[in-house]
Amino acid sequence: MIDSTLMAELLIASVACFGAGAVAALAAARCPSVARILGHTSSLVGAVAAFSLGVSGLAGGSIALDVPDLLPIGGAAFGVDRLSAFFVVVIAVGAIPASLYAIGYTREYAGKSSLPGMAVAFNVFVAAMILLPLARNVLTFLVLWELMSLASYFLLITEHEREETLDAGWVYFVMTHAGFAALFMGFLLLAQATGTMNFIQWGAAAANLDPTLRNLIFVLLAVGFGSKAGVVPLHVWLPRAHAAAPSHVSALMSGVMLKLGVYGLVRLAFDWLGVASVWWGGLVLVIGAVSAALGVLYALVEHDLKRLLAYSSVENIGIILIGLGAAMLFQIHRRESLAALALIAALYHTLNHATFKSLLFMGAGAVLQATHTRNMEEMGGLIKRMPQTAVFFLVGSVSIAALPPFNGFISEWLTFQSLLLSFQISAHTVNLIFALGVAALALTSGLAAACFVKAFGITFLALPRGAAAALAREVQWTMRAPMALLTLACFALGVAPFVILGLLDATTFDLMRVHAELKFGWSAVVANGGFGWVAPLWIALGLVAFLLAIPLALRLLGANKQRRYYETWGCGRALQTARFEYTATAFANPFKRVFAPLYRPVKHLDIEFHPESRYFVRSIGYRHEGRLIFEDALYRPLLRAIQALAHRARVLQSGNVHGYLVYILIALVALLILTV
Amino acid sequence: MLIEIGIELLQLLVVMLGSPLLVGVIQKAKARLQGRRGATIFQPYADLRKLLAKEMVVSENTSWIFRFTPYLLATTMLLSALIVPVLTTRAALGFMGNIIALMYLFLLGIFFLALAGLDAGSAFGGMGSSREVALAALAEPTVLIAIFGIALRAGTTSLDGIITRFSAEPLLMLNAGHLLAFFAFFIVALAENGRLPVDNPATHLELTMIHEAMILEYSGRLLALVEWAAAMKLFLFLTLLSNLFFPWGVALANTPLTLVTAFAALAVKLFLFATAIAIVETSVAKLRLFRVPELLAGSFTVALLAVVTAFFIR
Repeated sequence: MIDSTLMAELLIASVACFGAGAVAALAAARCPSVARILGHTSSLVGAVAAFSLGVSGLAGGSIALDVPDLLPIGGAAFGVDRLSAFFVVVIAVGAIPASLYAIGYTREYAGKSSLPGMAVAFNVFVAAMILLPLARNVLTFLVLWELMSLASYFLLITEHEREETLDAGWVYFVMTHAGFAALFMGFLLLAQATGTMNFIQWGAAAANLDPTLRNLIFVLLAVGFGSKAGVVPLHVWLPRAHAAAPSHVSALMSGVMLKLGVYGLVRLAFDWLGVASVWWGGLVLVIGAVSAALGVLYALVEHDLKRLLAYSSVENIGIILIGLGAAMLFQIHRRESLAALALIAALYHTLNHATFKSLLFMGAGAVLQATHTRNMEEMGGLIKRMPQTAVFFLVGSVSIAALPPFNGFISEWLTFQSLLLSFQISAHTVNLIFALGVAALALTSGLAAACFVKAFGITFLALPRGAAAALAREVQWTMRAPMALLTLACFALGVAPFVILGLLDATTFDLMRVHAELKFGWSAVVANGGFGWVAPLWIALGLVAFLLAIPLALRLLGANKQRRYYETWGCGRALQTARFEYTATAFANPFKRVFAPLYRPVKHLDIEFHPESRYFVRSIGYRHEGRLIFEDALYRPLLRAIQALAHRARVLQSGNVHGYLVYILIALVALLILTV
Repeated sequence: MLIEIGIELLQLLVVMLGSPLLVGVIQKAKARLQGRRGATIFQPYADLRKLLAKEMVVSENTSWIFRFTPYLLATTMLLSALIVPVLTTRAALGFMGNIIALMYLFLLGIFFLALAGLDAGSAFGGMGSSREVALAALAEPTVLIAIFGIALRAGTTSLDGIITRFSAEPLLMLNAGHLLAFFAFFIVALAENGRLPVDNPATHLELTMIHEAMILEYSGRLLALVEWAAAMKLFLFLTLLSNLFFPWGVALANTPLTLVTAFAALAVKLFLFATAIAIVETSVAKLRLFRVPELLAGSFTVALLAVVTAFFIR
């Protein structure tokens, strides 16, 4: 058994490190580069301590830590169980490399932004995220949630001199607080109905809730957590925010913060409320499928490297929710062991996404720092200028495209297995939902491969399309080391899933009291008896063996190995420049045509003719833009309605202080009458 | 165990050496159907030998990705050959993955080939890559739904398991769903292997080529590897179609007699498929690129019907 005092010490040490980091950064405010290094180093140490805490929690340790005087109404309450510990590990896996990366990356901001301020916000952000899954009552949770949102907001607007950043910050601020409001209402309703603010007692009390109220609470909390996770249609803040934030923050927001929304949904469905109706699971699965497919479709046509990665996060959250929704459907149909399998798939993908998405955002940050642009149309040829970053980004791309032998493959494979096993449920509607889930996931994985061929190929291969890309230089080691670390993690989680599957099985066992229909050892993972199996380690070994054997065999065959370098074949043109290369726009064009109803592209063709004759063209401008359905159809009308309402409400704003005092009095009396 | 490893190597050899012959047979059959005499069915071997003897001309713009990809491509196909039950369901390394893992291995090859297409910086390569990944992505739902349809009846996604089950209970295959799944999978096999009506392997016309555009920059031993890998992919896809949907002849136990029978059965089935492909390619014109998604959507609908019938008929 794990010593719980040791775990409590780890928790306190971790929080102390973040506190010390924030204080040190403030104290060294006079010397920004010291503040930068001190602040991020101590967050690195804090994240390592949190990682140890998470691992010992996964190994079976548990603590309950109450600090009664820290907060009103019940005090601050923390606890560790396996699910919490798992998410602490996920966060630490993102936070450790991000802290290290920040040391090098924030150097760019010297003289432009407040480095001490960034270090303080960074420490608060990571600390809030690590504590959040440990919160054990409503107020602790909400305070940490808000702290996380605010700290990330301040980090996001680091480059506040740009209009685009402030705009992104504003959208993020509004969306995150709309989500907060939904959470707040849901929590209060649940607390009132169960008579306790304490999370641990909710599970037992929820069974006796009125079904309508239970549905309402589910929807409110799902909206709150969903908006943080970035599911369609609540995803609109994501591409803006993750593109505008500094890259180490994007890595954390995308790789880690979204996962806290997933954490909330898992808690909601398997701890607090249980799964009460079939439609809950169906809704989660369908929303997951829609998010996955739309996320990757929007990512495909994006030329801003960081926006592309942000949309791909929507996709991956969708994949996680497909697994979660499947788990909920299995649960309500009393197939607990399959529910555990689906939930394991979802949690595994959560961890995997934290590794490869952090890796990719860091790679994008390195490219951004080397080329000073996020526009892929100005990149190219970086594999020669930044060979190491290219390898890291390639591994991230292969992982996120779910290809063997890397980690994304295992979790998607598990998700497929659990979806295919749905034939064990005999309810036609549910079967159909599962079949569509399979189709959506398959389409998503194919499109994700296409998307990352584009992301890596256009950015790193062929000739540089811009002057900055031609002069790019490899980034410093503090930025390469964390990427190398995550690259190794992607590989290790891909070839040795048995390391993590045992812990995940224990985690789902704690929630469902049933072991998953899954056998695994170092050589293979087997789902549901002999329903499906895969041996990732053997696949990796096979790949290596054949890669070595083929050149050897060619030598034995006496194949010609002379190599001559010559220019690319260009139909006999004398000159071959980067202007002949396929662009990101062109690459995505087949998808734009096939999915035109979704993108509803608009073509702009501006031709300037020669004044003397229309047969001579002076310049041609061509733009081919997509439109965003959700922004146009959902948010703009909503904003207009709110604006109109606000216009009406202006009558109340007299500007007279006495008037406002009367309002306050009326509100107070009304509340008193309502409650008494 | 030693015998099983020996048989696994035998399967590998069948795929390695048989795949150029399959391509040769298709070309010969096409030539005869078109009223030509055509080259001998052993022509692909001669082509490979010629390519191996030539020097490579590599574009100055390329990186290691371009040179690495042919090796990886051949590797994924050789690895797949270990997983697919070519002759027997009791091979030593069949545990490496089920049908889904197999599809992802194929996708790994496509991923790197598409990168290699972009690497030389020519417009053709990029065009080929973009089209190839688009078609692969659109084919993916059909593949998985067809697999779902098969798994529903066989109760497993393991390749060996499916064949064993269908051999034991052939009546399971006697329904509309199985036939629909077969058609869906056949269309996908055509699309994935760049055959007509999706892509024409015999053309180098700029506007229409897909697979050939991607590999335009390859020469010498690199081209030999790419061509060989493409032949192996075709061989494996047709073997899957033969053995999953018509499992007769596949060895369920490893005795010399069953293996010989399996070899003969495979040869007959592959010959029939090769003829079918030759007939399709002779009688059907290539689809316009942007009509191909309609074909794939059609095959997806067919696959979905296969699944739905399984739910409602059981």
